[in-house]
Amino acid sequence: MPAEKTTIFSPELAARFDRLVTLYPVKRSALVPMLLYAQDEIGYISDAVIAEVAERIGITELDVRNVVSYYSLMRTKPVGKYHVQVCTNIACMLRGGNELLHHCSKRLGIGHKQTTPDGLFSLEEVECIGSCSWAPAVQVNYDYHENLTLETMDKVLDEYRAKASK
Amino acid sequence: MAYLTTHPDVVPVISFRFGKGAADIDRYLELDGYKDVQKCFQMEPDAIINEVKASGLRGRGGAGFPTGLKWSFVPKESAKPKYILVNGDESEPGTCKDRLIFEHDPHSVIEGVLIAGLAVGARMGFIYLRGEYRFLIEIMEKAVADAYQRGFLGKGIFGTKHDFEIVVQTGAGAYEVGEESALMESLEGKRGVPRIRPPFPAVAGLYGGPTVINNAETLATVPHIFRIGAKEYAALGTERNGGTRLYCLSGHLEKPGVYELPMGYNLRKMIYEVGGGIPNGKKLKAVVPGGSSTPVLLPEEIDIGMDFDQVAKAGSMLGSGGVVVLDETVCMVEFALRTIKFYQHESCGWCIPCREGTDWLKKSLTRLHMGGAVDKDIDQIKYLAENMLGRTFCPLGDAAAMPTVGFVQKFRKEFEDHLNGKGCPYHPAPDYELATV
Repeated sequence: MPAEKTTIFSPELAARFDRLVTLYPVKRSALVPMLLYAQDEIGYISDAVIAEVAERIGITELDVRNVVSYYSLMRTKPVGKYHVQVCTNIACMLRGGNELLHHCSKRLGIGHKQTTPDGLFSLEEVECIGSCSWAPAVQVNYDYHENLTLETMDKVLDEYRAKASK
Repeated sequence: MAYLTTHPDVVPVISFRFGKGAADIDRYLELDGYKDVQKCFQMEPDAIINEVKASGLRGRGGAGFPTGLKWSFVPKESAKPKYILVNGDESEPGTCKDRLIFEHDPHSVIEGVLIAGLAVGARMGFIYLRGEYRFLIEIMEKAVADAYQRGFLGKGIFGTKHDFEIVVQTGAGAYEVGEESALMESLEGKRGVPRIRPPFPAVAGLYGGPTVINNAETLATVPHIFRIGAKEYAALGTERNGGTRLYCLSGHLEKPGVYELPMGYNLRKMIYEVGGGIPNGKKLKAVVPGGSSTPVLLPEEIDIGMDFDQVAKAGSMLGSGGVVVLDETVCMVEFALRTIKFYQHESCGWCIPCREGTDWLKKSLTRLHMGGAVDKDIDQIKYLAENMLGRTFCPLGDAAAMPTVGFVQKFRKEFEDHLNGKGCPYHPAPDYELATV
């Protein structure tokens, strides 16, 4: 992107994107990582993100939207500061994943794909996150918490709450 | 940090450097890293492929296709560039092995890609990791950057005339992208839907160029074959199933974990000795031997060696090495429902038998589990699943149908017990509803 144009991303991320599109035989290969890294910075994939990513890659906004709607990590609405993703797939289910989800739901007072009124936590039931041998497991943003019990789950949530109030 | 679990029967080949700080490039070099690729520089491409063939290595992603044979399909001459693709989109439920490789030994993946590149004449590789594994993507990116800095990647690698580029790519949450052609679509910046084959990737894959796509564990194993010798590697396993693999033990076990064991290791022993048996004095009810898409085995069916051929003979698949153990308390209808719910969620919707089939299976199983099913539903479930088999563009349809047929066949009585108008007779309905079922 020419220097005189404005970007909605931080200078670091914009520089990363400038490099990313040069790595592949075709620019469009940068699309999935670009959207995910943009989401990490902005919080979700907003219309502005879609517009800028489309322009950087040289495809239409519709092309970008088609891709966004496919991938389950991509979201077009904000989530909580700490996005609690509870796995209930088979290996976690056998070791209490459903109970963990229910417990988080009660503790946070929210359901699947909902956010607490203070915006601190959101909850999502997710498919296998690759922690089968250390089940049940939860991912908060990108951080893994494994071999959980209801008690250690409470500790995890408390730690995030404490981290936020610092 | 997750570790390999230890047991006296563990044979550390692929895990040889685990827990030794080998993510650091200097440490990797101290542990004989990047020596095997340099051996391969002295070899003709065909000789490299023949070594891999002789090792008996078969694809660790699930299909078990012989790796050397796969490489030999790549044409020698090609107008378009050739590519090596690492499938690290590990997302088959029950599978959590590749993450240990990326975490403990990322350079072995790079070295495997380089060897594959020499074998087929490729100059570029991509390491595709699932998006959830962000911490591993960071480890892998650092490893690649370090390799560039040392001249092991880039122009004139290892002081030779060879050039090789590697890009680490993130996925963004899609099981379907673990399918080889869908992964290529994703890497080209599109929705991860499968491609119609032929042509196969070896002829026309990524960007239309001949492409070798292998599971991360498969490629990370390759340098070890040259380290210990193809014959020696083959001898660790069973006939036509060379070496060792990472088995992911999960579910109702005393000691779940990821263990590196020889191919053909006895499944009963794996559950009762390596995995420590079933907790709380409970009895074994069933085993899903190779990830959620593989048909269930009964306790009387587990005296088998865990290699591709023996598990196939027992009517299931070795798959991705994810061994999920179920004790007697599990309701098989609920388990079947949770399995199918996953495949319904992950079906890309590209072809009708899978898109509609998984949805109807989920609806029927939900009705059975929650109450309100009628007699013919059970046969309907089986009929539906059987008619998905072999009728979809990619194996996701089969992955949903195969275990479903198995559950109905082997636990028909349990399915019939659900025809009481009230739903699950074993587990009284929980006081909450599953969020998305």
